[in-house]
Amino acid sequence: MLLKNTYNELLKIVSKPRSYLGFGALTLLIGIILFAMKADGKNIVSMVTASFEQTLVFNGDIVNGNLVAFIILQMLIVHIPLLIALVTGDLISGEAAMGTIRMLASKPITRSQIVLSKFFAGAIYTFLITIWMGFLALIVSQFIFGTGDLIVLNSDGLVIIPEDDVMWRFLLGFCVAFLSLLTVATLSICLSAFAENSIGPIVSTMSIIIVFTIIGTLEVSAFDAIKPYLFTTHMVAWRSYFSDQIPYAQIYFSIFVLVAHIAVLLSITLFKFNKKDITS
Amino acid sequence: METEKVIEVEHISKSFGQFEAVKDVSFTVSKGDVFGFLGPNGAGKSTTIRCLLSLIKPDSGKISMFGQSLAQQRKGILANIGSIIEKPDFYKYLTAHKNLEIFARISGKHISNKEIDKMLDFVGLLDRSNHKVKGFSHGMKQRLGIAQTLLHNPELIILDEPTTGLDPQGIIEIRNLILRLKNEQHKTILLSSHQLSEIELIANRMVIINQGRSIVEGSVKELLNSEEMVVRFQVEDAPKASEILRERSVMVDLLDQMSFEVLLNKNQIPQINEILVSQQIGVHVIEPKRKLEDYFIKTIQA
Repeated sequence: MLLKNTYNELLKIVSKPRSYLGFGALTLLIGIILFAMKADGKNIVSMVTASFEQTLVFNGDIVNGNLVAFIILQMLIVHIPLLIALVTGDLISGEAAMGTIRMLASKPITRSQIVLSKFFAGAIYTFLITIWMGFLALIVSQFIFGTGDLIVLNSDGLVIIPEDDVMWRFLLGFCVAFLSLLTVATLSICLSAFAENSIGPIVSTMSIIIVFTIIGTLEVSAFDAIKPYLFTTHMVAWRSYFSDQIPYAQIYFSIFVLVAHIAVLLSITLFKFNKKDITS
Repeated sequence: METEKVIEVEHISKSFGQFEAVKDVSFTVSKGDVFGFLGPNGAGKSTTIRCLLSLIKPDSGKISMFGQSLAQQRKGILANIGSIIEKPDFYKYLTAHKNLEIFARISGKHISNKEIDKMLDFVGLLDRSNHKVKGFSHGMKQRLGIAQTLLHNPELIILDEPTTGLDPQGIIEIRNLILRLKNEQHKTILLSSHQLSEIELIANRMVIINQGRSIVEGSVKELLNSEEMVVRFQVEDAPKASEILRERSVMVDLLDQMSFEVLLNKNQIPQINEILVSQQIGVHVIEPKRKLEDYFIKTIQA
């Protein structure tokens, strides 16, 4: 029953026009970035590298597909949650708003199976969005700009990653990025179980991300204790794979925090939806 | 021989905050019954029906269906129920066929595309099978709702206000459909409706619920026959007829020169008619006014 309803949920996602907004918006945004990099990439990059040019000499073209992919990931990881929440925030509350939740919940399927099938369908959608972003950012960029060594400006300084050492870092980076986006998807599904309309969970998800991000960036000692446990702190964990010495312990902690968030949020959703009186 | 009980509701209560929606409601539906569920708006009908479909958990009381506890055997019980609650809502962005496919997949039974087409044909929507539901009229959605209800061939059908918002033609169509289910497929049907005449026409048993409580339960025929009814007589000379009847201690309410009303038992109608005819008063129309509406109003007022 769980598999059958997951298929149903995917069918609903595929049939909803809003599901394509994410893919469309990503294509447009990445298209704009690719165009900008093609048109004026060297000037854009030189603004960053200018301070190093007195001590370092850059041979060859540093504006390559790998650098463009890194820039795209860095720019979009903040915006993609909105595109994800647009679909996942509607998964339960959209059914309540439409009235179909009555039909669904009066069928011989448990409430937990309804929630889990929506979670799996949401996870598949999030995965597809991540794959699409990866394809456009990496494959298309490499096709347009070619490959080469990746030069990354980290808090440690300038890191130069050889060309044949880049792909596996991107692969693992995308895996962690997927995990952070899945956390956002689970948060919006959870909020969706409390709402009877689609807008509330989407706006609430974005509000939580904004508030947590602000708390994470504020240099206030009162927030220091909670910062490591906010999921937004770990949404940039993918960048750690582009350090000179990869901080594995830090990455594992980020993965633990993100997975813990997913587990807790999913448990809250299951508890709430199982207890919920369907009156809509 | 004791008839098989399909629904047994025992003393269920449900509150939403301070508001007690259902208070100690009990009733029984036997196999093959078309059971009318009557009550004014806000009486607790929909809450009770949602409890039967496990959409709402009652605070207290017990619900058994097909001899099993709903709380313990929810999945198995729901596999044998088809329902429309208030209005049939579908995924508007999907076609009629795709909507039925979705519900068929989680019905607990294997239902082929051919069977879906057959059901769409049964409710007269086969030619709209590949049209998106967003373009459907209320009547079409209601028929699609009936198709969704019957798709997995359930033993029990629960219809909550199935004719609300339908035009007269739509009401007749749904009524005929329910009668076909009753007569041809011998389904057990729980029907909640504001159309009291509909219950009178279709149901064989009923319960009346008011302010969250079940007031009376029983056979529709027995409940209606046990009561006196108001009968309107249209005659040649109503004042003279009234006088004659009053002389015989019959309480008459004179309406106009041609008509009057009398509170009677059904058996007394021929006697009154005989008296009037024997007194040379032509009787044009005898119209029993007391129907379910009167009984219903009288019961909830009591």
